[in-house]
Amino acid sequence: MEKQWYTISVYSENHVGLLNRISGIFLKRHINIESLNVSKSEIDGVSKFTIVVNTTEDWTRKIVGQIEKQIEVIKAFYHTDDETIYQESALFKIASHLLFDERQIQNIIKEHNSQIVTVSREFFVLAKTGRRHEIDEMHNALEPYGIMQFVRSGRIAVTKAAMPISELLEEFQEN
Amino acid sequence: METLKTKKEEKKKETTMRISGAEAIIHCLLAEGVDLIYGYPGGAIMPVYDELYKFQDKLTHILTRHEQGATHAAQGYARVTGKVGVAMATSGPGATNLVTGIADAQIDSTPMVCITGQVTRSLLGSDAFQETDIVGISTPVTKWNYQITRVEEIPEIMAKAFYIAKSGRPGPVLIDITKNAQFDELDFKYEKCTGVRSYKPVPEPDASAIEKAAELINNAKKPYIVFGQGVILGKAEEELKALVEKAGIPAAWTILGLSAMDSDHPLNVGMVGMHGNYGPNILTNECDVLIAIGMRFDDRVTGNLQTYAKQAKVIHFEIDPAEINKNVKVEVAVLGNSKETLGMLLPLINENSHPEWVAEFEDKYQIEYDTLIKNDIYPTKEGLTMGEVIEQINEASGHKAVMVSDVGQHQMIACRYAKFKQTMSNVTSGGLGTMGFGLPAAIGAKMGAMDREVVAIIGDGGYQMTIQELGVIFQHNVPVKIVVLNNEHLGMVRQWQELFFESRYASTVMTNPDFVKIAEGYHIKSRRVVERSELKEAVEEMMASKDPYFLEVKVEKEDNVFPMIPTGASVADIRLK
Ligand SMILES: Cc1ncc(C[n+]2csc(CCOP(=O)(O)OP(=O)(O)O)c2C)c(N)n1
Ligand SMILES: [Mg+2]
Repeated sequence: MEKQWYTISVYSENHVGLLNRISGIFLKRHINIESLNVSKSEIDGVSKFTIVVNTTEDWTRKIVGQIEKQIEVIKAFYHTDDETIYQESALFKIASHLLFDERQIQNIIKEHNSQIVTVSREFFVLAKTGRRHEIDEMHNALEPYGIMQFVRSGRIAVTKAAMPISELLEEFQEN
Repeated sequence: METLKTKKEEKKKETTMRISGAEAIIHCLLAEGVDLIYGYPGGAIMPVYDELYKFQDKLTHILTRHEQGATHAAQGYARVTGKVGVAMATSGPGATNLVTGIADAQIDSTPMVCITGQVTRSLLGSDAFQETDIVGISTPVTKWNYQITRVEEIPEIMAKAFYIAKSGRPGPVLIDITKNAQFDELDFKYEKCTGVRSYKPVPEPDASAIEKAAELINNAKKPYIVFGQGVILGKAEEELKALVEKAGIPAAWTILGLSAMDSDHPLNVGMVGMHGNYGPNILTNECDVLIAIGMRFDDRVTGNLQTYAKQAKVIHFEIDPAEINKNVKVEVAVLGNSKETLGMLLPLINENSHPEWVAEFEDKYQIEYDTLIKNDIYPTKEGLTMGEVIEQINEASGHKAVMVSDVGQHQMIACRYAKFKQTMSNVTSGGLGTMGFGLPAAIGAKMGAMDREVVAIIGDGGYQMTIQELGVIFQHNVPVKIVVLNNEHLGMVRQWQELFFESRYASTVMTNPDFVKIAEGYHIKSRRVVERSELKEAVEEMMASKDPYFLEVKVEKEDNVFPMIPTGASVADIRLK
């Protein structure tokens, strides 16, 4: 079976040990977590893990089965890139003098639709939100001029179709 | 308002009591119906032990001689009673000594609650004396675990622990309790847990899947059932028997399914897997519908998956959705508790019989009997065989005893040849294959089934891993019957060395102590058998004993267990020699 990108969404109780349990499931099978994001979800008191992996559908399905089995996990899903709207964000820290010395920098900022978050005497910070390849392209464009610091977040994603979790959670809220 | 408030306060007075966390733990155990626990004390759990002392008339604590023994004893107890086994230990080394038993209970789905002491909350993370991250360590091998650091958490978490351990697919739960939470006081009130919102223990059975399964079964020419422990855990023995009889389906078992069906039932065709019976393995690749009930297609059962039952339509009755399509792709998955789903299936099943198909199992059995079973259980060669010992025990026990086995050749022989009339009678470490399981598990099994004979079949290697538990048998006069099948080797590993490593016996030959003397040192009646002529009488003497009894049988040193599916081979390529 072919490998591809899958976004795994895990709705769970916010329990301290759960991250350890979930990462152990990947570790045991030597499947690399490409990105991980933990946040609150659309439901009060319910956390959401967004995990990106590059593997076969068969493995993804088995992993989701194992994740769902954990006591604090309410429900877990997996989706392909086509089925989701997803973004990552990145921050670039760059020396301030380049803004004046290198005319190209301003073009890069405009072309890549990024925002200047802050400017100080020594450095300025650019923020970029988009797909992984868009961030990579901006990184490539800036790299020749020197990037002082770079960081990219994990993927966050919402699905195009409704998450079949909604009814389940409504039930919870009634109780 | 005023009156309402005072009423509430009065009510609180009635139902709560102000006690320490340590005492609260005892009350939680009592409320869960626990009257027996196994464990070992130490600094971080001392407040609880102090309460155990005060409550000893209501709650018996058995001091095992090693914490691993406590977990296996709790497992043995759980396996014969269906109740949750409880083990307790101190922090640090006490807690880490539990890990093997926890992993064993996890892979064999045994309900168990382990309670460990932990350093006081303010010291957590400081590398304090005997601090170890047991929650982190046990995470991959527990169904659930939790660290209690505040006394108020005790009742709710303990209730949750018992609920999770025994519901759905059972498993081990570890609760780590910091010392401050044991000393501090709370207003104690206990409510049993009836549900955890994020956890669905038993999936809803799907009537259409059951209809589909019935249709496949009714149209099958060569239907074949392979059942596992899910039948025992689901208490579905009657339903299984009814299905087998109504549809005339031959049924085989995994080693954890053993004893769920009467050994002498004409449609009980034997054991599947690496050292299982010849017919049940070979015919797996000839059936047209394979009905798997409460089993998980372990690699020791399936051999090479690429060549496993490819011709068959597979129906999988299973409580755990994560097991579906994990190893074997199935045509129909029937999720739910086996008693319930088989109960729903039965009325849809046509009465039927498959005499020619069943005869194929009989033919294969005859081949296996002539080539090896006969020589295993009625040997004519000089040396004693493990098989004849088991056969003698069958005769002396009338198939009524609980058999506990350790891990190795003797385990495979014991499971192949032991006969059972009653369910929950076979206790063995299946999934983890834990040497040292046998002796402590037999103690737990006996204490859980005092009205039954409990016979432990143990190898000379595994025996020495937990031999110190003879101390428990002596101290509490636990009348278990211990049989050590002494081949002076780590036999199973030696067999592999003989077959696959050109007989290079690397570290599998043992110089053993005088086991009879050791048993005598613990004041346990004991006897050694070296001649066939003594065997029958010795086994009878052992079975008749009211007291614990140790029997060492010197068996052939280099016998092998056959049949065998070599690793990576197909079930169809099972070797008879
Ligand atoms: C704790 C543990 N260590 C190692 C093994 C690997 N192992 C499996 S069977 C076996 C030999 C067991 O020897 P013995 O107890 O004498 O039983 P026999 O096979 O001779 O009947 C060993 C070493 C194991 N299963 N468990
Ligand atoms: Mg041995």
